[in-house]
Amino acid sequence: MAESGTHRANARSAAVSVPGAWYLSVAAVLFTIGAVGLLVRRNILIMFMCVELMLNAVNLTFVTFARMLDDIGGQSLVFFVMVVAAAEVVVGLGIIVAIFRRRADATADDFHILKG
Amino acid sequence: MLLATTTHYADWIVFLLAAVIAVAGSIGVVTSRHPVHSVLFLIQTLFGVAILFVAQGAHFLAAVQVIVYAGAIVVLFLFVIMLLGVDRAEARAADPFRGQRPLALLVGVIGLAEFGLLLRSTTWSTGAKSVAGPLSGPGSNVEKLGRSLFTTYLLPFEVTSALLVIAVVAAVILTKRPPPGEPGGDAENLDTVDAVEPVPAPSPTADDVKV
Repeated sequence: MAESGTHRANARSAAVSVPGAWYLSVAAVLFTIGAVGLLVRRNILIMFMCVELMLNAVNLTFVTFARMLDDIGGQSLVFFVMVVAAAEVVVGLGIIVAIFRRRADATADDFHILKG
Repeated sequence: MLLATTTHYADWIVFLLAAVIAVAGSIGVVTSRHPVHSVLFLIQTLFGVAILFVAQGAHFLAAVQVIVYAGAIVVLFLFVIMLLGVDRAEARAADPFRGQRPLALLVGVIGLAEFGLLLRSTTWSTGAKSVAGPLSGPGSNVEKLGRSLFTTYLLPFEVTSALLVIAVVAAVILTKRPPPGEPGGDAENLDTVDAVEPVPAPSPTADDVKV
């Protein structure tokens, strides 16, 4: 109980009046939409964008918790997530380009050619 | 007192606007048929999240979000879409796994319900002291984040440079066209029945993704 009290005091010291739970709700909605999109869509590029959506939702969660717990570590972690996301996009798009060069109009289902 | 309530309302208005922008953009990413429209909606979502970052005092991350994500990563997406000429609508009728979409929606609803249950929690941590340093206090956000990155997280920070170099090399190797006759070249396609003429070697180099 005392713990949540200090957290609330910290949140107030950061001069933000919207409670962190609201930001976490938005992040949860973004993550869910990204996950459903990843499962529903067949286009590889759009599936990739859905992964980016989920990464962004997690970043928002990190920033919100950094504020709620008054800890800069959350924001540092978001920086690393962004670097990893950049590397992931480069490699992923490279793979997509390599696949599309073999088969135009590829969807995620065409990867069954990877079976031995 | 009046000023306090005004800023209070302003915070809420900013939050609600940014949240609506972000969520609407994400729905657009998932539902639009055209990949280019999806990319544009993705930019909208990224900007909404950037506003939410600013509202919580993460100024540096908001700038990086706009410059690196919306400026470089999304441009890379657009490059690939344009290079490959895949900017046509997706055939929605083809659903190889029957019942996948209802199942996916069910999974989404269940996941959202679980997040809602988790959000009812009131204590978020064990109360242990921060390792990286406090967020509040004197000094700007950029200064504090830089101090944290270059002291507490110095080794991970250096490792990210290796990661970026590896990613650049991987992008070059993956998109390099092997000479004809060699294994893996275009001469021996795996599935040549409907393979079309390969597009001229695109080179989406990783120059766009400097962090």
